Amino acid sequence: MNRATATISLTVNGDPVTLPADPSRRLSEVLREGLGLRGTKVGCDAGDCGACTVLIDGAPVCACLTPLAQAGGREVQTVEGLHATALQQAFLRHGAAQCGICTPGMLMTATAFLQDRPNPTRAEAEEALGGVLCRCTGYAKIIDAVLDAAPGTPAQMPEAGHAVGARVERLDGGPKVAGTEIYGADACPEHTLLVRAVRAPSAPATFTLGDIDTWRAAQPGEVHVFTARDIPGANIFGTIPPFADQPALAETRARLRGEAVAIVAGEAGVIEALDLTSFPITWQEADAGALVHDNRPDNLLIAGVVRRGDAEAALAGAVHVAEAQAETPYIEHAYIEPEAGVAWLEGDTLVIQACTQAPVMDRDDTARILGLDPQKLRIIPAAAGGGFGSKLDISLQPLIGLVALKTGRPARMIYTRAESMASTTKRHPAKMTGRAGADAEGRITGMIFDGDFNTGAYASWGPTVAGRVPVHASGPYYTPNYAAEARAIHSYQPISGAFRGFGVPQAAILQEALYDDLAQKAGMDRLAFRRLNALQDGQATVCGQVLQGVGIAACLDALKAPWEAALASADRANAEGGRYRHGVGIASCWYGCGNTGLPNPSTIRVGITAKGELTLHQGATDIGQGSNTVITQICADALGLPVGQFRLIGPDTGLTPDCGKTSASRQTYVTGKAALLAGQALRARILALSNMAEDARITLTGDTLTVTDDRGERHVALGDLEADGHGYVLAAEETYDPPTSPLDENGQGSPYAVYGFGAQMAELTVDMQLGTVKVTRITAAHDLGRVVNPLLAEGQVEGGVAQGLGLALMEEYIPGRTENLHDYLIPTTGDMPEVKSIFVEVPDPEGPMGLKGLGEHVLIPTAPAILNAIRHATGARVTKLPALPHRVLAAIREARG
Amino acid sequence: MAAYHRPDTLQGALDVLAERPVTIAAGCTDLFPATQGRTLTGPVLDITGIPALRGVTREEGAYRIGAATSWTDVIRAELPPAFDMLKQAAREVGSVQIQNSGTVAGNICNASPAADGMPCLAALDAQVEIATTKNTRTLPLLHFVNGPRRTALEPGELVTAILIPEAATRGTSRFLKLGARKYLVISVAMVAVRLDIDGGTVQDAALSVGACSAVATRLTDLEATLTGQPAEALADRITDAAVAAALSPIDDIRADGPYRAHAAAELLRRAVDDLTQPARAAA
Repeated sequence: MNRATATISLTVNGDPVTLPADPSRRLSEVLREGLGLRGTKVGCDAGDCGACTVLIDGAPVCACLTPLAQAGGREVQTVEGLHATALQQAFLRHGAAQCGICTPGMLMTATAFLQDRPNPTRAEAEEALGGVLCRCTGYAKIIDAVLDAAPGTPAQMPEAGHAVGARVERLDGGPKVAGTEIYGADACPEHTLLVRAVRAPSAPATFTLGDIDTWRAAQPGEVHVFTARDIPGANIFGTIPPFADQPALAETRARLRGEAVAIVAGEAGVIEALDLTSFPITWQEADAGALVHDNRPDNLLIAGVVRRGDAEAALAGAVHVAEAQAETPYIEHAYIEPEAGVAWLEGDTLVIQACTQAPVMDRDDTARILGLDPQKLRIIPAAAGGGFGSKLDISLQPLIGLVALKTGRPARMIYTRAESMASTTKRHPAKMTGRAGADAEGRITGMIFDGDFNTGAYASWGPTVAGRVPVHASGPYYTPNYAAEARAIHSYQPISGAFRGFGVPQAAILQEALYDDLAQKAGMDRLAFRRLNALQDGQATVCGQVLQGVGIAACLDALKAPWEAALASADRANAEGGRYRHGVGIASCWYGCGNTGLPNPSTIRVGITAKGELTLHQGATDIGQGSNTVITQICADALGLPVGQFRLIGPDTGLTPDCGKTSASRQTYVTGKAALLAGQALRARILALSNMAEDARITLTGDTLTVTDDRGERHVALGDLEADGHGYVLAAEETYDPPTSPLDENGQGSPYAVYGFGAQMAELTVDMQLGTVKVTRITAAHDLGRVVNPLLAEGQVEGGVAQGLGLALMEEYIPGRTENLHDYLIPTTGDMPEVKSIFVEVPDPEGPMGLKGLGEHVLIPTAPAILNAIRHATGARVTKLPALPHRVLAAIREARG
Repeated sequence: MAAYHRPDTLQGALDVLAERPVTIAAGCTDLFPATQGRTLTGPVLDITGIPALRGVTREEGAYRIGAATSWTDVIRAELPPAFDMLKQAAREVGSVQIQNSGTVAGNICNASPAADGMPCLAALDAQVEIATTKNTRTLPLLHFVNGPRRTALEPGELVTAILIPEAATRGTSRFLKLGARKYLVISVAMVAVRLDIDGGTVQDAALSVGACSAVATRLTDLEATLTGQPAEALADRITDAAVAAALSPIDDIRADGPYRAHAAAELLRRAVDDLTQPARAAA
C-alpha cells in the first residue's frame, strides 16, 4: 500500500469517522476544522504546550504533531468524549480552570494518566502533566484536582446574602471543562474567509509593494489582498489616544520585526497553502540610528517623575546608604491562546468576536481605523485564552474587520505562535539604578530611582508604565524624601505594552534589593526592617496622598512566624554543609487599582424580567481571573438574592454597558463597586415598591418577588409591571468612577483611590556547583480588604507567583530567536514551589465592602523575594535577569572573590 | 496534495525511497515544528506503519532498536542496567506526549546538538543500520551524525535500526540533563555515563556529553584515565580541564560556553558518584 489513500477511517470518541482528508494534515486541524471538534486547542503547533493533547488508543499525544494518517484505524479520544467525569468535576471544585484554554489538554493527559495510575503521588501527577503548559494557575489547583478526581458533590451555592466570602465555583466553569467554551479560534460561521498577514522579516526597514495583481493571478485560487491603501479610516491606533502612533497595516516602513504590511484573504484551503515569502514586496534595510518616530526626539516617548522632599540631601545625611542596579529583559505574556477572532456583517453592523481584554476600546479604535460609526461596530469578546495585559491592545480586529467590510464575507484570522510572539506586546525591558538611605534606627530617609524602559516601536502602554513606575518604586514604605524617574524609550524592537503590573514588578526588584542591603547595613532582620518602614494609615505616600486602610504591616506581621521558621530551617540545613545552600527572601508590593489619575468608570445593569429572570449585564471581560463570578457575588449580596439565581449577559458592546478594560487590577474594585451600587439600587426599588423595611428578605420564585420583614410579607407579581426598553420590569443601572486626581509636575496628587498590599517570602535551595535554583515554597500574604472568593483569590496568587518565578529564573524574549515556547521558557508543573496563601482583610474605605484589587499585586513580590533568597543562600546578587544557572554561578563566584 | 506513503513493509518503504526523494517521517515531533503549515511538507514516507521496525529486540551479539521505536517503547522495554541511562533520557525527552510519538532513530536523524538520545547511544557504542533496496550498511553513531543537523544518510537510504553491541551492555549507567526548567526543556548540558566495575575496579568506562559540541562527544581520553582505577572516589579524577579539552561548547541563549564545559564536568562527577557509591558501599 504505497499510494495516498483517498479517505482515512478512524474512530473519534467512539464514533467511526471516514474523512476525505490529506493524510499529512495535522490531526488537530482535522479534528477542529474537519470535524468541528474545537474543544481540542492549538497553542503552538510544535508540541511545546500540550494544549492539543488527545488520546490515541488511550495514549496522550499532541494532535498538532500527529499526521492524520497515523490516526487511521485507531481510536481517538478528545475532550468532547468526556462527559461530566469525576476529573472534570474535580477541576471545577478545585478552581483548576482559570481561562480554560489549557484545560482540555490537561484533562486528556490526566485522564490517560489516572487510567494507568489511579492513586498517584503529587510528584507522579506533576511529571505526567509536565507536558501541558498553563499560564494562569501556577498548576497547584490542577494537580489538586487530579489527585482528588473522585466523584464529589458540587459545592452548594451560597444562600442569599452569603455569596461574598464563599468559595463559589466559577460560574462560567462548565463550558471550560466540557471543551465547549468559544475562544477566538473556535467560531467559524459558514463561508468564512481565512485571513493571513504578510509581515516584516526584520526592522527597521522600508518597503515597496510590487505587482500584486499579477501575484494574485498566479495563485491557485481567488486571493484578496489588502494593504494600508485599502484602509477606509485613519490608519493609526493606540491604547492611549494622545500617543496613538501604530498603523493597522504599515504604509512604507516597518518599525518592528513581525509588523503587518498586507493581508491576504480567501478560501481556507487556498490561503493556508500560500507561500507568503513569494508576496511581491521589496524590503530595504533602514537606518537603525534614525528616530523611531520623527516627533519624539531622543526616542523618548515620555518620562514619568515623582519628587517629594529632598532625596539627595536625605541620602547625604543618611547613616546607611545602599546602591543597586538591575536589568530585566523582554517578557512575553505567553498565554496559551494565540490571537484569534472572526468578523462578520449583520446588516450594516460589523460584528467582531475576538480575544480581548477591552471590548469598548477595541470598538472605538477599530471603528476609527475602518471609518465606521462606533455604533455600527459590535465587539463580542471571545473567551480569552489568557491575556495578562497584551490583549488590551487591538491586534487582528481591524484586519478581519477590513476583510469582512470589503468582501461582505465573514473573515477569520488565527495567529501562529510565532506571529503572536513577534507582533504583539511584551513586558518592558528595564535598566534601573537606585539608591536608598536609612537613619541609625533603620528608618528610610530617602530613595532615588532611575529607570530606562525599552518601549519598543510603538507607544502602546508605554506612558502608563512610565507613569506607574515612579509612583510605586518606593514600595509600600514610608519614604519622606524621594526622587524617581522612569523613561519610556522607543526602539526598533517589539512593542512593550501592558503586562501584569505595568513596570512595577521590574521596579520592585531594584527597590527590594536596596532594602535587603539597608537591613544588612543597619544590622536588622530583613522582615523587621520592612515592618519598621511599612506605610501606616494616615501617612503620605511618595505622591503626598494620605492613605487609610493600609494593609502592608498586617501582611508582614502575617509572615513573621513562617519567616522565623524558614530562617531557622535554612540555618539548620546549611549547617549540614554539602553542595546545596538554602536561603529565604522577602519582598513586598503595593499597587494602585485603576487608571493613574484618569477616569475609568464602570457601569453595571441588573434587571428582572416579567418572567422572573434575574439578569446581570456583566461587562467586565473575564480573562480567567474570575470577574463573571466575583462581580455576580457582589451584586447578589447587595441585592439580597442568591448568586445561583443570576443569569449573566456579556460582555458584549451590543448588550452590556461599558465596564472598561480588564487591567490595572480594577475590575473587582471598580466594576464590583458599580455592581454593589446597582444591586443596592435594585434592592431599594423593590423595597420601595413593596414598602418594606431595609433589612427585609427578598426571594424570587417564578415570576413573583416575595419581600419579608418583621411586619409581614408582600408579593410583587412581576407580570403586572411594565417592562423598560431593555425588557426589564425592575432594573437598576449604576456607574462608578474612582475618585482620583491627576498628578502635578512633581508627581504629587491622588493617582488611585484604592491600593492593595502584599508581601511574599521565598524559600529555595541553590546548587553551588551548577548555579541552579529550586524554589521550594512561596508564602504569600496579601491584603484584599475583603476576600470575595477565596478559591479564585488563591488561584490569582498561585498564577501570579508562577509568572513571578518565570520572570526571576527563566523568561527572556529575544526577537527572532525565542519566538516559540521551547526557546521561550515558562514554568512547567515541575518548576512550581508549594504556594501558601494568607489573606489579610484590612478594609479600604472606598472599595466595595472594603475590598481591594489583587490581580497584579500577586506577581510583584515574587521575583524580588526569590532574588533576595538567592542572595541570602549564597551571598550572590544577580543583577541581570533571568537568573539562569550560568548567571547565578557567575554571581556566586564573584561574591566569593 | 503531495504524496503520502505509509507502507507496512520495509521493502515497500525502500521501494518508495528508490523511486524519488521523500521526507522520511516517523513520530513527526521534529518535522511538524519545522513548518508553520497545516500539513507536512511532502512528499512523505511514513515508516510508522511497518511493524517490523518497531520495538527493542535482542539478536545475535546485539540489541536492535527498530527505527520506528518510540521513547515510550524504550521506557517499557526489559533491558539490562546499561540501558538505564537511555531510559532516563527517554523520560526527559519533551513530555509524555512527545515520548509517545517521537522515536529514538528520529532523534539521531534530526541531528540536533542537544538531542537527548545521543550521549546515551554514544556511550552504548551504538551502530546505525542503514538500508537501501540494494544493500545494508552500518555506521558508528558518531560517524553517522557528522555535524549539527547533518548526517551521513544518502538519498535512497533509510535508517532501519540502531544496534547496541552486546559488549557495550555491561555495567550500570546514568544520564543527567541540565536545563533551565524541569520538563519540556532543551538541555544546557547533559551527560551519559556507563561504568563496568568489577572487584572495585573500573573495567570499562564510557562517558559522553551532549549539547556541548556540534555532535555529542565521547570523552575517550578521560575514559582511558578512569579505566583500571578503583571505583572509590572515581569522580574526583574527573577534572574540569580534562572535560573542557574534549568539548567545544558555544554561547547561546541558554548558557555560555565556559559554563557548559564546567557543568558537563560537574554532571559527569555526579553521574559517576551515583554509579560508584553502591560499589563504595559494598567495598
